[in-house]
Amino acid sequence: MDNFWASGWGWTIITVGETLAVIMGVMVSLAFLLWGDRKVWAGVQMRKGPNVVGPFGLMQSFADFFKFLFKEVIIPAGADKAIFLLAPLLTFVIAFLAWAVIPFAPGWVVMNINVGILYLLGISSLGVYGIIMGGWASNSKYPFLGGLRSAAQMVSYEVSIGFIIVTVILLTGSMNLSDIVTHQGGGIWNWNVFGGGGQLGLGIIKLPVMFGMMVMFYISALAETNRPPFDLPDAESELVAGYQVEYSSTPYLLFMIGEYANIVLMCAMISILFFGGWEFPVPLPLAHDGLPYILISLLTFIVKVVFWFLMFAIAKAIVPRYRYDQLMRLGWKVFLPLSLVAVIIIAGYRVYGGAL
Amino acid sequence: MTVIAIAFYLLALVTLASGLMVITAKNPVHSVLYLILAFFSSAGLFILLGAEFLAMLLVVVYVGAVAVLFLFVVMMLDVDFVKLRQGFANYLPIGLVVGLVLMGELVAISIAVATKGAAAGNQPLVATAAEPNIKMIGHALYSTYIYLFEAAGFVLLVAMVGAIVLTLRTRPNVKRQDIFSQVTRRRKDAVEIVPVKTGEGISE
Amino acid sequence: MRLLKAPDMRPVFNSEGLGDLMNAFLLQYLPVIIFIGVATVLGLGFMIGALVIAPKAPDTEKLSAYECGFNAFDSARQKFDVRFYLVSILFIIFDLEASFLFPWAVSLFDMPNGGMHVAFWSMVTFLVELGLGYIYVWKKGALEWE
Repeated sequence: MDNFWASGWGWTIITVGETLAVIMGVMVSLAFLLWGDRKVWAGVQMRKGPNVVGPFGLMQSFADFFKFLFKEVIIPAGADKAIFLLAPLLTFVIAFLAWAVIPFAPGWVVMNINVGILYLLGISSLGVYGIIMGGWASNSKYPFLGGLRSAAQMVSYEVSIGFIIVTVILLTGSMNLSDIVTHQGGGIWNWNVFGGGGQLGLGIIKLPVMFGMMVMFYISALAETNRPPFDLPDAESELVAGYQVEYSSTPYLLFMIGEYANIVLMCAMISILFFGGWEFPVPLPLAHDGLPYILISLLTFIVKVVFWFLMFAIAKAIVPRYRYDQLMRLGWKVFLPLSLVAVIIIAGYRVYGGAL
Repeated sequence: MTVIAIAFYLLALVTLASGLMVITAKNPVHSVLYLILAFFSSAGLFILLGAEFLAMLLVVVYVGAVAVLFLFVVMMLDVDFVKLRQGFANYLPIGLVVGLVLMGELVAISIAVATKGAAAGNQPLVATAAEPNIKMIGHALYSTYIYLFEAAGFVLLVAMVGAIVLTLRTRPNVKRQDIFSQVTRRRKDAVEIVPVKTGEGISE
Repeated sequence: MRLLKAPDMRPVFNSEGLGDLMNAFLLQYLPVIIFIGVATVLGLGFMIGALVIAPKAPDTEKLSAYECGFNAFDSARQKFDVRFYLVSILFIIFDLEASFLFPWAVSLFDMPNGGMHVAFWSMVTFLVELGLGYIYVWKKGALEWE
């Protein structure tokens, strides 16, 4: 039956299966990551965190899911009903759409497209619509203000994320995410965060520049996903819950899943762009197409993503919230010029560094 | 009919229908949302042509940036669209003229493309697995069309200056945080220790 | 185990498949549609699930806009600071600038006929042009928030 899998129907079945595997995999991981997030947060505040449902409270997120499902869907009387319900759905769909191009292990990617990074950038720039639409459709003041703030904030940090990504492309010469990962193979020194290899001699200049880019990407990712310390769109002391005020039940759940899927996506992006994706820190004496190598790669990738998620969780627990003017200043006056200068330094090194 | 043809007609139909909805929808916010749908289906058309970079650019720039601005304007500017619509008949002649000029330009471009351009088989920059279309665009843009590229930079510069000139209103008497003066402030600039004798107070 | 194959070994349609013109390139993009479909079905399923299972007891208080217990003072639609529009205009300009950087970054190191230096300096000129604009924007105070 080898022929069947190469036919149209076989292909469709395989792709649907892959899609389901990715979406369900991400969703189930989210349940546990959410639990981890709350545990870290609780640990910093010397509380216990969720510990009742299941062993160590591991099943808490599933209990929460069913609780959401059994709650009444409230649609405010003055709301634009279609857009009010479309907004969370859009957030949810877009958050999972981006996972199509993420390479989990060698060859384990649903869409291996040439412009993978641009696709990610485009999809993450769509994330703002769910928030604006939700804020506007609620026809209420707090959501409206939250949506407005969030839009301006996401837009400001997307610019510097774009420039930071350009430095990575300059080092790897490709926008295909699998190529970017394999380019960083062969040991920890080839990771982009340390300059992507060739650091001896003048190449040492790449090390501080790329490390700085990694830190800026991490901070921009916090701002882009509306995470603390940049959670101004839902700053509870000012805006109650921002654009989500009027949402309840599963529409709210969709917003929340979308938000967390985006956060984990940002963790995956940091791992892929700067920390070698699935590449193990030291070269492995294994055949590159064997199953053991692929499983170790997958595990490496997951460990990296979970590590970065923990960094997100810790930032939420220990950093105080920014003020809005400070947030805009950081994005436009610090990150934007610094990332532009970094683009010129990296390109200049790669053009003239060999001659000097 | 091949699958590609079906996909093309489907996407073209969605583009046209949503374009129509943009100008007929009652609610301006719905108009912008239909506009976004139109952008999306045009991105799909670009992908059908093999121009993946342009498709992604359409999503990043038009959907991700331009449409956000439109949405800002229609949601937050509080424009009374009913009033705007009342002057519809007055603008009809000039609108028709602009529309006809635009249509003439589009026809001219289509003829040019059909006879001399990609449709006639002249160097279409089509992406293949070996040579991505973005690389070919880069090779053409930063060597052959380098002056046009610099001109685009000037256009962006003018746009930036224009945006500031048109929209920036500085509000006086508003407190701002000056980070530089804040961090360069020293103890001796702010605090002075004065020995005070009992019963005399501080002069000045 | 098809998943274990290298990415370029995805099965490609042969002529008796869906269509003979459908090449490997378009096939790479087809999963987008499937992703949208699966995610939409899942999201709609959640929403409809709650609409079906959950109790429904609306009343006027519950359906009114939330404003810390008061009745809404005035309409939620109001005019806004022009600064938000300015931010989004500047974003468009810098986004376009970034979109010029992407093909440049990909193609810079294998420009035909040794065009690498020309391409590099053309981009530096481009960035200096926009840098001037950026300095102007900064000096005018458009990046200040109060």
